[in-house]
Amino acid sequence: MASIPLNECCYRLNHLDKSWDIETYMANGGYEVWKKVLAGELTPQEIIDEVKASNIRGRGGAGFPTGLKWSFMNRYAPGPKYILCNSDEGEPGTFKDRDILRYNPHQLVEGMMIAGYVIGANTGYNYIRGEFWEPYKRFDQAVQQAYEAGLLGKNILGSGWDFDLYTHLGAGAYICGEETALIESIEGKKGQPRFKPPFPASFGLYGRPTTINNTETLASIPMILAKGGKWFADLGVPGAGGTKIFSVSGHVEKPGNYEIRMGTPFKDLLALAGGVWKGRKLKAVIPGGSSTAVLPAEKALEMNMDYDSIAKAGSFLGAGSVIIMDETTDMVKALDRLTWFYYEESCGQCTPCREGTGWMHRVVHRIYTGKGRPEDIDMLKDVSGKIMGRVICGLGDAAAIPVASFLEHFEHEFRHYIEHGCSIYDRA
Amino acid sequence: MIKIEINGQIVEAHEGDMLIDVADEAKIPIPRFCYHKKLSIAANCRMCLVEVEGAPKALPACATPVTDGMKVHTRSPKARAAQKAVMEFLLINHPLDCPICDQGGECELQDVAFEYGNDVGKYSEAKRVVPDHDVGPLIATDMTRCIHCTRCVRFGQEISGLMELGAVGRSEWMEITTYVGKSITSEISGNIIDLCPVGALTSKPFRFKARAWEMVAHPSIAAHDSLGSHIEVHTYQDKVMRVVPRDNEAINETWLSDRDRFAYEGINSQDRLTVPLAKSKGQWDEQEWEDALNQTVELLKPHLNNPDTVGVLVSPNATVEELYLLRKLLHAHGVKDIETRLRQIDFRLDEAAGKPVAPGLVNTLPEIEAMESVLLVGSNLRYEIPLLNLRVRKAQLEGARVRVLNVADYPFTFDLEDKVIADPQALVDTLKVLVRAAAELKGTEIPAGAEDAVVSEQHQAWAKDLVESGKATIMVGAMAQQSPLYADFVLWSARLADLTGATINVVPQSANEVGAYQVGAVPANGGNIDSMLASDKKAWIVVGIDPELDTVYGARLKQALDQADTVISLTAYDSEYLRSVSDIMLPIAVHTETAGTFVNATGDWQSFKIASAAPGDAKPLWKILRVLGNLLDMDGFDYVHADEVLEEAKAQTQSLGSVQGDLAIPARTCDKPVVLGEWSLYSVDPIVRRSEPLQKAAGAARPVVRSAIEADEIVLNTPAGPITLPNEYDESVAPGVVLVPMGLSETADVTLTDVSVAAS
Amino acid sequence: MKDTDFKVIKGEVKERIDRWISHYPADQRQSAVMPALRIVQEVNGGYLTPELMDEVAAYLGMQPAAVYEVATFYSMYEHQPVGKHKICVCHNISCLLRDVDDLIEYLKEKLGVDIGEVTPDGRFSIKKVECLGACGEAPVAMIGKEYYGNLTRERLDELLESLE
Ligand SMILES: Cc1cc2nc3c(=O)[nH]c(=O)nc-3n(C[C@H](O)[C@H](O)[C@H](O)COP(=O)(O)O)c2cc1C
Ligand code: SF4
Ligand code: FES
Repeated sequence: MASIPLNECCYRLNHLDKSWDIETYMANGGYEVWKKVLAGELTPQEIIDEVKASNIRGRGGAGFPTGLKWSFMNRYAPGPKYILCNSDEGEPGTFKDRDILRYNPHQLVEGMMIAGYVIGANTGYNYIRGEFWEPYKRFDQAVQQAYEAGLLGKNILGSGWDFDLYTHLGAGAYICGEETALIESIEGKKGQPRFKPPFPASFGLYGRPTTINNTETLASIPMILAKGGKWFADLGVPGAGGTKIFSVSGHVEKPGNYEIRMGTPFKDLLALAGGVWKGRKLKAVIPGGSSTAVLPAEKALEMNMDYDSIAKAGSFLGAGSVIIMDETTDMVKALDRLTWFYYEESCGQCTPCREGTGWMHRVVHRIYTGKGRPEDIDMLKDVSGKIMGRVICGLGDAAAIPVASFLEHFEHEFRHYIEHGCSIYDRA
Repeated sequence: MIKIEINGQIVEAHEGDMLIDVADEAKIPIPRFCYHKKLSIAANCRMCLVEVEGAPKALPACATPVTDGMKVHTRSPKARAAQKAVMEFLLINHPLDCPICDQGGECELQDVAFEYGNDVGKYSEAKRVVPDHDVGPLIATDMTRCIHCTRCVRFGQEISGLMELGAVGRSEWMEITTYVGKSITSEISGNIIDLCPVGALTSKPFRFKARAWEMVAHPSIAAHDSLGSHIEVHTYQDKVMRVVPRDNEAINETWLSDRDRFAYEGINSQDRLTVPLAKSKGQWDEQEWEDALNQTVELLKPHLNNPDTVGVLVSPNATVEELYLLRKLLHAHGVKDIETRLRQIDFRLDEAAGKPVAPGLVNTLPEIEAMESVLLVGSNLRYEIPLLNLRVRKAQLEGARVRVLNVADYPFTFDLEDKVIADPQALVDTLKVLVRAAAELKGTEIPAGAEDAVVSEQHQAWAKDLVESGKATIMVGAMAQQSPLYADFVLWSARLADLTGATINVVPQSANEVGAYQVGAVPANGGNIDSMLASDKKAWIVVGIDPELDTVYGARLKQALDQADTVISLTAYDSEYLRSVSDIMLPIAVHTETAGTFVNATGDWQSFKIASAAPGDAKPLWKILRVLGNLLDMDGFDYVHADEVLEEAKAQTQSLGSVQGDLAIPARTCDKPVVLGEWSLYSVDPIVRRSEPLQKAAGAARPVVRSAIEADEIVLNTPAGPITLPNEYDESVAPGVVLVPMGLSETADVTLTDVSVAAS
Repeated sequence: MKDTDFKVIKGEVKERIDRWISHYPADQRQSAVMPALRIVQEVNGGYLTPELMDEVAAYLGMQPAAVYEVATFYSMYEHQPVGKHKICVCHNISCLLRDVDDLIEYLKEKLGVDIGEVTPDGRFSIKKVECLGACGEAPVAMIGKEYYGNLTRERLDELLESLE
């Protein structure tokens, strides 16, 4: 376990003094790829091929292959196109992008430049959640330094290529992490997801072709191109290339971000994070952020941290946000909080999510406050099932999944509440 | 064309059409709430989910483009399960107060819920309660019933151009509201009542008056502007309960202006005259019709010997049949002075043409919507003809450049490319400059009168756009028509149109203005209302108007009526003023109470039938005229049906002058400051003026003068002496212009042919 | 509204908003509505009023209702007065697991106010917020623009002490 390699990609500079400064970045190979690209040594097609070879899948949660996504854009179509970075980081349990923004912002800047170049976008926006003031300042400073170094702006390094990069600050709305809500938000509207099709690649920001990637995805790009797609792919496992940052939180001794190789056993990750706190036993794990299914300890302890293995265990890698729950955790209370979250954050647009998230929360809350009825369990299953697949965006499904999975694995705790008006731990 | 299969039925469609439209076309029902054919696709209600073979999830038919060979099931278990689930979600927070809801019986939610029977809504949870805010006199809100389809919000954003309602907040707390407690002010706001699929937005005046299924629906034609919108008049026990639009793509699409929707409250006004009244020795007595008509004939007869001394003033909202019979009756006796143009003061065009020159739209409304360049001349189009304004707005949204020449910087609901805000003389001069610019562009001779015009880059751009856009029109509006320089406006606009290839549309204002010209309800002797008032009339017949409010002749007209020997009033309304000047008052029916025909702005003859009963003894005017004809022993007054009158009227239309640039008119200048009358949305005719809800609405006139003069009050000199009115300092009004609200008792004496502003 | 009618969007505030406007295409001024609302909220002591929102609407050429929609959608905009220090405590899953509920109770008791209320001296108000994206330091609170992690009762005491 001691041999687990850490911080090989996005966090590779985090241990350095002033890692966020352009000097540090350049001293460590930063912007070399960008210069090669501008010099014509790496064509857009070659970049896409490398990214495909790297096997990188989107780090924002959905896990869509990045190289494929980029290939949807017609670089030579006339008119403006946009590259957007998703630094909304709102999924409960996720805090990895914050540390990229704070400690390695230049690598993200470089990633955005390259992505913009590949898809033919001369403008990029990084959508940073409004609460991230310090990370925003760091990122903004990096952008200014890049401008001053002549790496951004008009006719960059005499290449004839223009690229401008700006930040758009959110103002408190989880839904703006959904890519079309994010676009609406930049357009100065409520963050309400758009119905797809059309997809952003054809009708995105201001109605123009647009590509959106997560912060970690984009920040990985310079390394993939510097060391080669194969290097990255080989770090991980088949079907999941590279490293991945896992945000570990909850009942562990050393919560924090761990950039490890895909396919690392969960057990090892747990050990890295100091193990379950207070010497307690593991009860459950949410492996990919609150929208992914909760897993009981037995299943979690068998899985490896990659897409397939987690899927086999019955959940999803998501954004890599590992929430650890020890043996004392009141699952009803936990679900009460999670259902509130989706209820609070539903954009309110489509019927099943607007009405269903509130409904689910009220029923769970009723159970949690000791007023549950025996039929509530079936009703919750029914309602969550009725939301799934009938909504405009992923939030509706994301709200239903915790309910379904908590009931799947911990139904007895809910029954106990209904029968006794309190948690299984309150009996003694 | 491609083929798709819906429920096993093969249906033809265009690639990319939305599934719901294809199904609608094929009459295959798919439930929906947020979808509306005139609004953008929101796909938020999820009611239209259907099964598409090959798609893992049910898809919303409103947002799913069809592709060749697509197989769709709207009633399969998968589709039904999705629809039922959505229904359940909608009902958990929807009050089940159908018995007291005004939408009862025509609620889209109720209809769909009914289909799913007792199956849905079995989970009884505490329901959300949403506070209501007063949004004004026209629309009642009951937002607890709102299902968040956002049709009303999209209407504001996309159609009216005034986003007065927003969906604020998020999640279940999302609320449709004005947020800050403002009233809704749009001139077409009532459409959201129709759009709302449930009873969240209902008609305030109609509230609790009747249930949908108790009423009888009568197709009819709207009477309060020149479009002739298609409407349905809903009656209960023969009384008008409400008015709603009927779809007609060529005219009103699915919309209706608030004026045409809510004016009916004026029909049901307490002021209606319900029995014939005759004055004897200063006393008014109720009469039997027979007596009243005999007395009318007695009063009239002596004057018919001297027909030049008889003047007739008629509402341009009277029907073709009514106007035609009036003409037939009176022309036979030599009375030629029948006038419907009550708000015009400049008649030089008629003089130059040698016959009346009628306004009219030469373009259809869909053509106007497709224009690429529009020049509005003297028009506050939004308040003149709200639905015509919508067409121009649509054109603008599609990229048309709209420019205006106006006396005030009116708030339009679309972006203007450019504007000139100036007094009428300066506007006419601008037209001359544009004519010169166009002539220079075309390399043709500069028309006489434009030689001195100085062309700037701005003017060149305007002229160039008219020439080059291919689809261009010049529209002359009410402000131009009512100004002392109407003829100049029309002639120079026509010359500009000739040179640029643009069309010229002189926008008629009233329901049957065009019909009045066609059936000869304008003086047949070259005269006009101005000359009529200048001659010494001994007898006046006043039909369908409030004489002191409906013309721009104010005190002059009042003096003429005062001095006449005889005044015969045919009126739907009793009024103190009419009692003070008339000798006899005969109660007439309004448009919903008679069969009739209006000729609309585009020249369509649109007939309608009786929808409601006239109150008391009031009678359709055409029938009264028929009896008067009989009493006067005239031939050809034996009609049984209004249709017969119409046939005859059609066969006998008048020859009219057309709008042409080559007429020569005597020059006229107008002194500054120029006093111009403004007819607000809700002061245009007697019915509208008596609609209480409209009078409380944002478009109602206030007795306040507007000008860019810094003064608290302005004194207007009239033939009846000075009137002092509060002045609203308004920088949007051109310097040298004073705008006076007309149709109000406070300004009844304002005589626009004889008015000046005194220092205050 | 004419330029001279702006009561708040002038001088330095206007410059700040203009800087954001310049980040978007020239015909997309409304894209700056979020920063504009944030800035006017900031200079108004932490909350928005209808007048402020109307001013933003006029300045950006938006319909007022569209601005109200935005201003009520995002949770960082306030429509009621808040304390000089708005203490935003995350109560989502990871903070819950690290006993944030106890801290919230402690805060309420210590300050003598409930969630959403302002202390009589106007210094503090408490708000429960959703995941702040710093769960590695749970429990976390945001005060002003700063994050404070690994909170305990003691650390809270110190913190409140240090805030003016
Ligand atoms: C409700 C919801 C919230 C989301 N939040 C985030 C987020 O905070 N950050 C993010 O990168 N992606 C988020 N996503 C995923 C994005 O929609 C999108 O898939 C992603 O940004 C694409 O980038 P990637 O391909 O690089 O992962 C969210 C999706 C949904 C449905
Ligand atoms: S699923 Fe929820 S968040 Fe997504 S569009 Fe629908 S209402 Fe909005
Ligand atoms: S009608 Fe299709 S989602 Fe509402």
